[in-house]
Amino acid sequence: MTLSVSPVIFIVLSATALLGALGVVLSRNLFRAALFLVLSFIGVAGLYILLEVEILAMIQLLIYVGAIAILIIFVIMLSRQLMSPQYRAWNQQRRGGAVVAVMLFAVLAFVLLSVTWPTAEAAVPQDAIARLGRALVAPDQFVLPFEVASVLLLVALVGAVIIAREK
Amino acid sequence: MDILNFWVELGRVAGEWMAGWGLPPWAVNLIADFIGVLILVVFGVMAVMIFTPMERKVIARMQDRPGPNRVWPYGLLQALADAVKMLTKEDIIPSKADRALHMLAPILVVIPALLIYAVLPWGPRLIGQDLNVGVLYVVAIGAIHILAVVIAGWGSDNKYALLSAFRTVNQLLAYEVPMVLSILAVVLLAGTMSTQGIVEAQSVPYLIITPIAGLIYLVCAMAEANRSPVDLLEADSEMVAGYMVEYSGMKFAMFFIAEYVNMFAVAILVSTLFLGGWKFFGLEDVAPVLAPLIVFGKSVLVIFCMLWFRATFPRLRFDHLVGFSWKFLVPLSLINLLLVALVVKIPVANPRLAPWVQGGVMLLASLVVMAATALLLNRVARRLKDAPALKRIVAVER
Repeated sequence: MTLSVSPVIFIVLSATALLGALGVVLSRNLFRAALFLVLSFIGVAGLYILLEVEILAMIQLLIYVGAIAILIIFVIMLSRQLMSPQYRAWNQQRRGGAVVAVMLFAVLAFVLLSVTWPTAEAAVPQDAIARLGRALVAPDQFVLPFEVASVLLLVALVGAVIIAREK
Repeated sequence: MDILNFWVELGRVAGEWMAGWGLPPWAVNLIADFIGVLILVVFGVMAVMIFTPMERKVIARMQDRPGPNRVWPYGLLQALADAVKMLTKEDIIPSKADRALHMLAPILVVIPALLIYAVLPWGPRLIGQDLNVGVLYVVAIGAIHILAVVIAGWGSDNKYALLSAFRTVNQLLAYEVPMVLSILAVVLLAGTMSTQGIVEAQSVPYLIITPIAGLIYLVCAMAEANRSPVDLLEADSEMVAGYMVEYSGMKFAMFFIAEYVNMFAVAILVSTLFLGGWKFFGLEDVAPVLAPLIVFGKSVLVIFCMLWFRATFPRLRFDHLVGFSWKFLVPLSLINLLLVALVVKIPVANPRLAPWVQGGVMLLASLVVMAATALLLNRVARRLKDAPALKRIVAVER
């Protein structure tokens, strides 16, 4: 039964993510754009659940919705001008924007077409979380990027404290 | 019928009964799931009817006044009268507000509150869905709650509502950090993120093994559920009612319901993570029928403590509130996490003794840390007391 339903769910979730993304680009109000971004994130989280990697779905919700989107909204609210409905969220650089958009589209299309997407028949193992955790600290796997990322975050933290400190 | 699994058997028997009508198995599953969800949701919303009278009566008792006593009996049906009032009140939308978002917020605020009930264990095998990322799910759902409050504040076109939305982001993000760190301590002790697994791992309630995490979680949970004295989002003496100020009638009621549903969920979470959930000195083995009642009793106890705090402490100033989290709770929970991480690695030869040895060491270490914290705070307080008044204010502001 799950097999027959999952394509429908996949289409609904992908549509959510894509419509959300479209809303981000097209909405004239920055606050609404940020909310559409959240919708898109939630669609992606749903896709992760469909792929049976709940941990990634939860982290997607926690970090992208709970931290990044909220901070974007916070910044929008802090800047007085952006809050007013009269503020134009568009600038005059249409040509430059078009060039960048076409180039980005070309790169993404090239990646999509040139990569052979590997698929695995095996189900996601039950102890996926434990494996992920061990992989993050295993010397022969991801311990170096993991530690480097944590140092990066520490630097950002210290930097924020220094910037915010009173003279 | 196997009495040991009364509730689960009840569900199975009901399923077989439905299958007897000639329904295909997937339809039976669908209906069973639907009924399960309905029970959880209705029970969550019923919490409002149970806990508003309790809150009013308990606080009234602590403040030495009768409390609501007009609607029969003893004013216990005041909530029903309030519901009628809410339903018949005029629905006002500010003319300059963002209409769609104004309408969206009250809906969005109830959804995460109810979603949490999916992973709250009510007994052995009696749980909506035993996710293996249970507690992470709870934390992630909290993000949607923040979002709903921010949308409410922004969609109201009101200065106070907007200020409240600022506070929301500030306060809830500040308290999310120590909350996650204290949950992490529990996850390390239990070795699993599933709520059911955490209950099963507690041979002794984790409040006794790691009291620091338990107390920090309680404080953070109160801040997340927006309970006085840490309800700075809606502090009525400073910003009217915060993000709810422009909402009337049923839309206000939605926020009200969400607050109580959230409070109940948080109370069940505290009893699940720290008070042993449906375990009660082996009673759950003798009579599994009682398991949901045990959970309910523990949650009522937690809610009573929350009301007690509310009646005892004055509301904090906002900068103190945020500072308390960043300067006190976060370092303390980090130390606690470090302790737990070290203690669970203590090698014990006899695996049956291991939890007891680790628990004992953890308890001792926690007590030492708590004593050290108390001494440190005492020294700071004494230094501030001797300082001249002006300097004292400056020192506190920092």
